[in-house]
Parts: sequence; structure tokens; C-alpha cells
Amino acid sequence: MEAATVAVPAVRLRHVSKVFGGVRALDDLDFEVGQGEVHCLAGENGCGKSTLIKIVTGVHTPEPGAEIELFGEPVQGMTPLEARARGIAVIWQEFALFPEMSVAENIAFDTLVGARPRRVSHARLRTLAQEALASLGISIELDEPVSTLPIAKRQIVAIARALVGDARLIFMDEPTSSLTQTETDRLLEIVRRLSATGVAIVFVSHRLAEVIDVASRVTVVRDGRLVGVHDTADMTTSRLTELMTGQNFDQSIRFRDLSTATVMLEVTRLTRKGEYEDVTLRIRRGEVLGLTGLIGAGRTELAHTLFGMTRADRGGMSLDGKPVELDSNRDAMRVGIAYVSEDRLSLGLIQQQSIADNIVLPVLPRLSSPSGLLSRRRIGDTVARWVRELSIRIGRPEDAVSTLSGGNQQRVVLSKWLTTEPRLLILDCPTVGVDVGARAGVFDIVQRLADQGLAILLISDEVSEVYFNADRVLHMAEGRIVGDYLPGEITLESLESRIYA
Amino acid sequence: MLVLGLLVVSLSAASDQFLTAGNLTSLLNNNAVNVIWAVGLLVVLIAGGIDISFAVAASVVQYAAVSVFEALGGGNWLIGFAVAGVLGVALGFINASLIHGFRIITIVVTIATFNAFFGLLMFFTKGRFIYNLPDWWTTRVVLWEHQSADGRWAELNLPVLVTLVCVVLTWVLIRHTTLGRQLYAFGDNPDGAARAGVSVALMQFVAFGWMGLMAGIGGLMQVNITQEVVPNALIGRELDVLAAVVLGGARLGGGRGTVVGCVLGVLLVAVTQNGLNLLGVSPFAFKMIIGAIILLAISTTNLSFRRP
Repeated sequence: MEAATVAVPAVRLRHVSKVFGGVRALDDLDFEVGQGEVHCLAGENGCGKSTLIKIVTGVHTPEPGAEIELFGEPVQGMTPLEARARGIAVIWQEFALFPEMSVAENIAFDTLVGARPRRVSHARLRTLAQEALASLGISIELDEPVSTLPIAKRQIVAIARALVGDARLIFMDEPTSSLTQTETDRLLEIVRRLSATGVAIVFVSHRLAEVIDVASRVTVVRDGRLVGVHDTADMTTSRLTELMTGQNFDQSIRFRDLSTATVMLEVTRLTRKGEYEDVTLRIRRGEVLGLTGLIGAGRTELAHTLFGMTRADRGGMSLDGKPVELDSNRDAMRVGIAYVSEDRLSLGLIQQQSIADNIVLPVLPRLSSPSGLLSRRRIGDTVARWVRELSIRIGRPEDAVSTLSGGNQQRVVLSKWLTTEPRLLILDCPTVGVDVGARAGVFDIVQRLADQGLAILLISDEVSEVYFNADRVLHMAEGRIVGDYLPGEITLESLESRIYA
Repeated sequence: MLVLGLLVVSLSAASDQFLTAGNLTSLLNNNAVNVIWAVGLLVVLIAGGIDISFAVAASVVQYAAVSVFEALGGGNWLIGFAVAGVLGVALGFINASLIHGFRIITIVVTIATFNAFFGLLMFFTKGRFIYNLPDWWTTRVVLWEHQSADGRWAELNLPVLVTLVCVVLTWVLIRHTTLGRQLYAFGDNPDGAARAGVSVALMQFVAFGWMGLMAGIGGLMQVNITQEVVPNALIGRELDVLAAVVLGGARLGGGRGTVVGCVLGVLLVAVTQNGLNLLGVSPFAFKMIIGAIILLAISTTNLSFRRP
């Protein structure tokens, strides 16, 4: 542990606390990262990780009594601009990119923000952006607006942006949550390379295996307090999970014999050009069918067709033995299909509206009183039922959804769709942005729903997730189903090696 | 651009009056003020705001300027621009202070100031028209003139030059200065911009200050064209300008818009109006047709952005 801190540490915090409206987000926390060290900051959502990052980067001011040293110099009342001038950069979790602006401008944006307004050299912006991308070994069209890029490339843009302006301490808040394994490996490679050049990196990730792999030390935070600082050399994912949540989880595969259950969804030779081809699958009542593969394999596109949002060129599907033709997602909802989208934050929830309004949105017509007006009481009953059944931790149903943590937001999305009483539930990456502890809760719900007879299609890019939670796993690659596995008959390692090959 | 081209071609074919030097130059002279306002409004839209009050603000500037010129014993063009500019910026800063100080959304603030400015104006002027204006202000300054074979005169006046200067300055501001790029970023993703160290207050003051400057200069030019100051002459123009700017590709909600698109938007509306006049279409039908064109132009732009 001492080896990483012989030199002056990149950052050193003592007695940092932060209170938001009576809630103690951080409580007397110490934190230290050596220069050139890859350090992991671990903890569940809402444990104070983001607050900590915001304090080091000057977005928030800590409560009096805190001591902050950056590269050996004590600092006080720092602004984000000063933090950047001291070589501190952040790659935020919700991308702080500018979708309408070009890739070049996004990457070099920080050079546009200065004390004095001045002329912009578009050529220089391009050069800076080009250099940053080159140091990552990646090329992206510089003049495209960021809104046209896929998420993985936006992430690269965000990283490149941190590299412009010689950062010496980079915070990466969930940089891999939307990347495929190959892209993640490339990112971790970049992290190692940066660290070798003396740049300190603080890594926040829900993927614990990669955290242990890339970081030399890990600081664990729970409920705003320091749990401990550990070397990763003798750390395992299960021990880290335990430290983060204070609970013990063990994972085992499911084994249920469903061969006699009736088939709920049958898809035959479904094809949509350029997206997926010749997909044949069936899901039985009560079955959880896992669908995995790299991003871009056509999983989400398939889900969109199953939910009636796009139409297949060829092939057909039937639900509960009856052929169905879906012209829109309203059709799909009518026949009993629900879809929890990958992009929960932008598509699945209306963030500013209340928890209650979000939950009852798909079933409003059913909640009218005989007079045709909405019945407050029926809405209240429905909301109360689902909040109870999915044990959603909320303040009041009237609070905005944006006040909830990732795991609880996911539960709200789930209950929103469960109000429609579906027969087939499609879950597209249900744990993106959800903590380890909360993930287990989400999957408990999935299991319970399956046990009640719901057919579930579980899409995920984390192989372990489908391995431990599905009855059967389909592997999709380049638009085709290329493998069909029973978790009981293959080890996780060999399944992963086939998919990430 | 394409739509404008098509329109020009078809109008030239439909009316032999359209493509005359006289008609085209009067088109430019008459729309100078709208273009000046449009580029001002463009800056506000890019920064994610909206301004309803600028046309009324221009009227306020006109009346206030008359008093200042009287106090100064006449004035001249140099003083005129300075006074109109300062007054306009001051009114813009009132909007910016309210928006930033009380964190109220821009449309609410500018609807309020629209009413307040107009109410105060009518109260203090009692609706009085002013024709007795300094000579320098109301004399047409001809920059270029040309007599065509049939004896009619075509001319370009000072407002066209001023418009050109305003357009170029706005282009430089939003395209080639750090401030301008920060305006785009702020309009596009306000939280992201604030986190990157962009000063929110500065953005509001720049956007509304620039809008105010353009409003003031537009008001000054308007008097040069009409040679009178009338309290309710400009009210209502704000929506025409807004429509033209949006037609030119600026996004309500911020982050997108170009000066070229904005100028084309104003010209498209102007050319349509001009063409319909020449073709003898009832002026009542005009608003309807403009509405249809705006819907058409905006929906086709949006279609091309929609994912398959």
C-alpha cells in the first residue's frame, strides 16, 4: 500500500463532510490517491461517491473543517475552472457532452472556457481533438455532431475530452457501463497506459471484476462513511460486494424443468434486413430466456420488433399459440407484451413527473371512475400495491422520479409495465446503472414474476447476469442466434469465452 | 436554401415584376430591420432561451432616443448608434437579470417585460406619435442607386449596410469566439456547460445583451425607414421574426442554429410575401400561407433527422 504513496499524493482529503438539506451525504471521509495510481472508489449508488468526486472537482464545497490537498498544495473554495487548471478532469456518468456540437468541439471544449473571451481557431480544436483521439488509438469523424454517435463512441469522446489539457488526475465515473467487453478491454488498456505516464486515475464502476483487475487500491464507501482502503491484490468480487453492501450474496444457477409448460412466445425465422436474421426462439410460460451477445449484435433491434416498434421483413411470431401481427407498441401492449427499455433514463421514465404518475401512465384509461374522470383512489391503490410488491424505497408517491436511486428507478419502470398485466416481459439490460446490491433485488423480482407464470426475455451484455438468472441462454452475434445453452451444462467461464471471443 | 431557390425561380416565372432591381432592392430595404432582429433572436435561441419583448423594447428605445437627442441638441449618426445600442443593451440586461436573478424561464420573463415595456411606453407617451425628428435620422442615406431602362429607380439604403454589419458581427460572435461556442454548449446541455466552468450568468447577459443591442439598432433603422415614431408600430413583429428564425433551422430549446439559416428564413418569408403581393393574392391569405410554409419547412427538416 505504501508503494503508491511515497511521492506527494495526487489528492488527499481529510474529514470531508457534506450535508444536503439535512441529509449527510458524506460523513468525515478521508480519501487519498497517489500520483500515477489507478484507484477504485467503490460503493453502492447514493453512498456518496458522486458527491466526493464533485468536491474534489470544485462543483460542491465541503462543510467547514475539511482539508483538501491537491498535489501537496492545500486548496480551499475551489471552482471547477480552478480544479481543471490544477490538472483534475472528470468523465461524468451522465455524459456531460453537447449533442448538437461536433466531436472536435466536444473533445476540445475545455479550451473554449477561459477567463477571457477570445477568437476560436477551429483548426486548433480539430488538432487537439485529433491528438487526443490518436493517443487513445481511435479515430472518429471530427465534424459529426455527437448526437449521431453510438453510446460507446460518445464515451470515447468523453475520455478524449479529459485528455485534452494535460490532466494529472482523472475521475472516471462508470466509464464502462455502456461498453462491450472488447471496448472495455480497450478502455482498461488506456487506463493502464495513462497510469504508466504518471496520471492518477480514480475509477468508479459497478463491474467489480474489472475494478479489481485494473486498480491497485480500492476505497470502499458506504452511507457516506469510509469502510476501508484495501489492496486489490488480495481482493475478490464477493468480498468487495460484502464490503460495499454490508451483506452477503451468493450466486447459484437456476434449474427448473419447464419442458412441459406451454409455449408463450414463438418466433419463427424472423428477419429484418441489416438488424437481425432468421431468428427462431420460443419462451415458455414461467421461463426466463437469456439473450446475450455484444452490443450491436441485434438484440435490442429484435426486442423492438417483438414490441411492435419496428416491423420484420420476414418471419412470424405467435403469442400463446395465436399468431400476432403488431403494427405498433400499443398493439403489443394490448396483447400482453411489456418492454423495459435499455435507456431507462431517457425512454423509460418521465423524470420530472411523480413516481405515482409514472407507474400508472400505461393504464390510465383503466383507472377512470364511472364518470370518466381519473379516480384518485384507484391510482393510489395501484401505486401502493406495486410500491409494496417490488419494495420500492420511496419518500412519497408524489416525489419526482429523478429523486430515486438507479435501482429504485428500475423498480418504478418495472411496476409501470407490470400494471399492464403482461404475459411476456422483455427486459433490455435491466441493470445498467444499478448497483450490485440493488441488482440482486431486481433479479429477485424477475424470479418471482417467472414463478408466477410470466414469460421473460432477459437481454444483457453481462454474460454472468443471464447465466445466473435465466433458465436458458441464447447467444446472438451479427444478427443471428449462434448458440443455445443451459447454464447447468456449461461453466460461466466457457460461456464467456465463447461470447467475448 | 433549396426552398428559397425554388421560390425565387417560380416567382420570377410567375411575375415579371419580381426579378427587377427595383423590387429586389426594396425587398432588402424593407426587411433590413427584421434581419437585424432575427440575428439577435438567433443568439438567444441558441443559448436555449426565447425573447418575446424585443420588438416592444425597440419602440422603447425609439422614444427614449428621441428624448436623449433633444437633450443633446440634435445628435448625429454616431451618437444615434451609441444611444440606441446602449439603451437596447440596457433593456436586454433587464431581461437577463430577471432570468438569472430569479431563475425564471426566459419565456415567462420576456412575456412579463413585453407587457411592462409596452404598458410603460403607452403610459408615458400617452400614445403620442412623433414626426418632429432630427433630420439626420429621417433622411434616407442612399448607398447605391441605379436607374433601369424603364426609368424606375433601384436603390440600397443605409439600413441594408447596417444589417450586413449586424449579420457579420453575429456570425463572428457565435461561430468564431469562445463566448459564442459557450452559448451553443449552454443551450445544448446547460448542466454540462456549467460543470465545464461556463458562467451561466455571463451566457444570459451575452445572449440578451446582444438581443437588446440588435433590438435597439433595429429600432433606430426602423425610424430611418418610416420617418416616424409610433408606440404600437412594432408590436406583433416579434412573432413574425421568431417564426422566420425557427424556419431558418434554429432549435427552440437551444444548441442549434446558424446565421445563414436565420437570414434565409427571414428572406424566405419576405420573398413569399412579396411574391404573393405581386401575384395579387389577398393579404389575408398571406398569414395562412406563411403558416403552411413554416409547418412544411420545419416538418421536412425534422423528418430528415428522424431515425429509420
